[in-house]
Amino acid sequence: MAIEAQPGAGRMQPVAGGPGNGRSWWMKPAVHTGIVGGIIGYLVGHWLGNALSYDYAQNALSDTNDVPIVLGYVFGTIGWLAGLGIFNDLGRLMLGHPLRDIEHAPAGGLAKYFRYTLDHKVVGIQYLFGMITYFLTGGLFAMAIRSELLSPTYHLMSSSAYLMVVGEHGTMMMMMMSSVVLGPFGQYFAPLMIGSKRMAFPRIEAIGFWLTPAAYIILLSGLLLQGFPTGWTGYEPLAVQAGPGMDTYFMAFGLMGISMILAGFNIIVTYINYRAPGMRWSRLPMFVWSMFTVSFLQVLAVPVLVAGCYMSLTDRTFQTAFFANQLGGSSYLWENVFWFFGHPEVYILALPGFGVVSEIIPVMCRKPLFGYRTAAAGMIGVALLSFFVWQHHLFDSGINPDMRPLFMLTTELISIPTGFIYLVALGTFWKAKIRFTVPMLFCLAMYFNFLLGGVSGVFLSDVPADTTEHGSFFVMAHFHYTIMGGLIFAFMAGIYYWLPKMMGIKLNERLGRIHFWTMFIFFNSTFLPLFALGMLGMPRRVFEYALNLQPLNVWVSISAFCLGGSLLIFLFNFIMSTLVWREKETGNPWNSRGLEWQVSSPPPPENFEHIPVILSGPYDYGDPDAPPVADLNPPVGVVSAAYAGAGAGLEA
Amino acid sequence: MATPEAPAASARADRNHGMRIFLIWLPLAVIADILIWFVWKPHMPPGTMTSSAEHQQFDIAFMALLCAPVLLFVWVYAAYALVTWRHRAGDDTDGPPIHGNAKIQATWIGATAVIVLGLFVFGTVELIVPAGAGAGEGPVPIWQPSTPHRLVVQVIGQQWAFSYRFPQFGGMESSELLLPANTTVEFHVTSLDVIHSFWAYQLGVKADANPGVDNVAFTTTKEQLGHFTVRCNELCGLWHGAMFNTGFIVPPGTFQAWARGLQLKEARNGILNELPPYAPTYDPTVVPQLGASIVKIDGITGAAGYYYPPQDPVTP
Repeated sequence: MAIEAQPGAGRMQPVAGGPGNGRSWWMKPAVHTGIVGGIIGYLVGHWLGNALSYDYAQNALSDTNDVPIVLGYVFGTIGWLAGLGIFNDLGRLMLGHPLRDIEHAPAGGLAKYFRYTLDHKVVGIQYLFGMITYFLTGGLFAMAIRSELLSPTYHLMSSSAYLMVVGEHGTMMMMMMSSVVLGPFGQYFAPLMIGSKRMAFPRIEAIGFWLTPAAYIILLSGLLLQGFPTGWTGYEPLAVQAGPGMDTYFMAFGLMGISMILAGFNIIVTYINYRAPGMRWSRLPMFVWSMFTVSFLQVLAVPVLVAGCYMSLTDRTFQTAFFANQLGGSSYLWENVFWFFGHPEVYILALPGFGVVSEIIPVMCRKPLFGYRTAAAGMIGVALLSFFVWQHHLFDSGINPDMRPLFMLTTELISIPTGFIYLVALGTFWKAKIRFTVPMLFCLAMYFNFLLGGVSGVFLSDVPADTTEHGSFFVMAHFHYTIMGGLIFAFMAGIYYWLPKMMGIKLNERLGRIHFWTMFIFFNSTFLPLFALGMLGMPRRVFEYALNLQPLNVWVSISAFCLGGSLLIFLFNFIMSTLVWREKETGNPWNSRGLEWQVSSPPPPENFEHIPVILSGPYDYGDPDAPPVADLNPPVGVVSAAYAGAGAGLEA
Repeated sequence: MATPEAPAASARADRNHGMRIFLIWLPLAVIADILIWFVWKPHMPPGTMTSSAEHQQFDIAFMALLCAPVLLFVWVYAAYALVTWRHRAGDDTDGPPIHGNAKIQATWIGATAVIVLGLFVFGTVELIVPAGAGAGEGPVPIWQPSTPHRLVVQVIGQQWAFSYRFPQFGGMESSELLLPANTTVEFHVTSLDVIHSFWAYQLGVKADANPGVDNVAFTTTKEQLGHFTVRCNELCGLWHGAMFNTGFIVPPGTFQAWARGLQLKEARNGILNELPPYAPTYDPTVVPQLGASIVKIDGITGAAGYYYPPQDPVTP
């Protein structure tokens, strides 16, 4: 057990202040050097691409050759990472210099948030701000879509601008949602909740984060290249036919995929190897279970996406024809590859939400979680089944009609483990003392919204009913209910619940309640009518619809603008509370038994002064005989006895 | 707990809570189901214009019938719990340490499993009996209508229009779709460029148009005459939103007259000769010499080897 052992500690040279210490600030690697590196890398890549491909035939379908732009993005990303100083230690190793011990470098004020920093708590905060930026950008695109749909024919945007906005909205949101909980809360609380001082691979964790700004910039740069016409699904052969904006989709999604794989590996290894003594599998908090299962999904499903993006990029640059039917490829191949990733992906988005709400409701109900094993089994069941349902996205595609009953069965089966999450919630409410705090309100809203999302999913899983609903606004409403209504509401619950822990600052409760009620009401008034619109025959991603659907669409658009306004309330609260009002919260405001709440807020640099010994489960509320959750100052020798044979220096 | 209850009293209180929740839920569930079946179902999409549409309407209503009590159960239970067991000011104690209840958990798992397996059997029957339920079944359909007397209609999607070919009328091609009443129709859906999807909303037919793939879907029209909407249901590029047209179900005699007339007209003005011979799929690059002259006649834009260049066309 590598609890505290520093592999190669002898090679480390302790430094202060992170990489490049001792130089003036603008010489130290940080965001600004990263940008410089990215620009240089892009120019080098673009030049190299032109040099390589000057005599290439042009892409048969789109009349372009995208080698320069793709290589520009590849080298730009490498330059960005190099500029951040991520490869410095590799260089030192190769040159035989001693490594700098940047992992244990003392905290360096605000600057550490703009650097390649290895503390998982810093990475968590970086993710938090990064993902909120992603979310608000994607939200602006949603506002643009709804503005266009105020009229049954195109009026504000040209059809190409509309498609560009639709594609950017979908892709940005999908990229963001996969990391919106796993990034901020997963990275921040993974070690805290299992009694560890660190993540298994801090460097991999930090690289995972620093790939997300690169993906963000690359995706947005698509706006300069007239965007991509395929929406977030990137269907071929339309994607082969599209202009160079399409490359931004494949590059950005691929980079985000790599980031997800790295984060997943890190979390799996951390949970398996870095649990404190006494943190048995049966004592893991539900949030940890959800992160654990999600990480497996990411590690197993996302490589398929990365491979698909890579194949598409070779189609668009080096004239392969994996997906171009006219040249002997198969568009079915992309549909299968994409959805083999895409369906586990939607559970990558659902499970963290389950984890957050299951973590919060026992605290607010002052009761143990009802059916702990059932909840864990539900998450594992959802994760397993999610690999066997992807062809329900292809019910009308004409592929494998004989397999439809099978995929109908697997899709419907997945509602059994999902139902466990509801059983656990309803059981926990029984005879509880429910406190309607802001995080609890968001949790309740999550259960409400996800129920509607899940039940509409039953309609979609049924092949005959799906013939009407497939590809219509019904589907759109369904997955907005599960993803925004589920995951984003859980994310908000997590912010209100954990921000005191992460920043030592409380969000204003009054504004929090206003934010909750406006968001809940306008979310439902935006997305509930979309079920009706889909049933009435409105396909997704259109800018023209039947005239009789205009009143409903106008209603939805106005609700959507109000929903946007509600998020502005949140943004105002978030900025004012963290920057201006700064209402201190150092203790345990929710009186939670969670291990993360047993240390001060924000946690000390090393999380725990000593490795704690876990004495009981995290949800033993109401049991006067239950021991405290952990012994934070275990007697000398207990921990090293627990890890006997794993090496000395464990309790240092 | 502040006041530990005696086990017997506690069990009685549990039963009372459970009974109250049940008694609130039951009438609501019955009322909801009655409303769904008798009031809502006749108006449910996609209507009853064809056999597949009627089956889809039945399916949607049936599942609504099943889901409404489930939704109501969760809502009633949660509302009851949130009101009854809310935190009261001044009470800082914790709730009872209930970690689970094997009987309730087993009942829940059993009930959801029964519902889900029932839905699977129902869905499979409803898929096979109406011959694929109007969904595209690929080039070799395994669920076919019993009658061999079918009207074959080929649907050709291209950016950004549908055209229709009728092999039983000499391979005549039209940009509008008329169908006879009381007839089993066999749609063959294909595409010339990217993936489209043929969604005849009121017919209850949806099949993706893949380039190089013949995707077959069946439906049987009924006595109901009138128009239906055809939309492209898969994002296919710039003018995807504008890719729709209207079809009509007409009396068989009217259909025959229209189809024969169009066939004769196209034979007369040479279109039938210039069109590529009827085939399950077409390769638009094979007949590049055809094009402009064909496209202009009667708005026909079909399998003549012409498709829009990737730039914005002036008009869709």
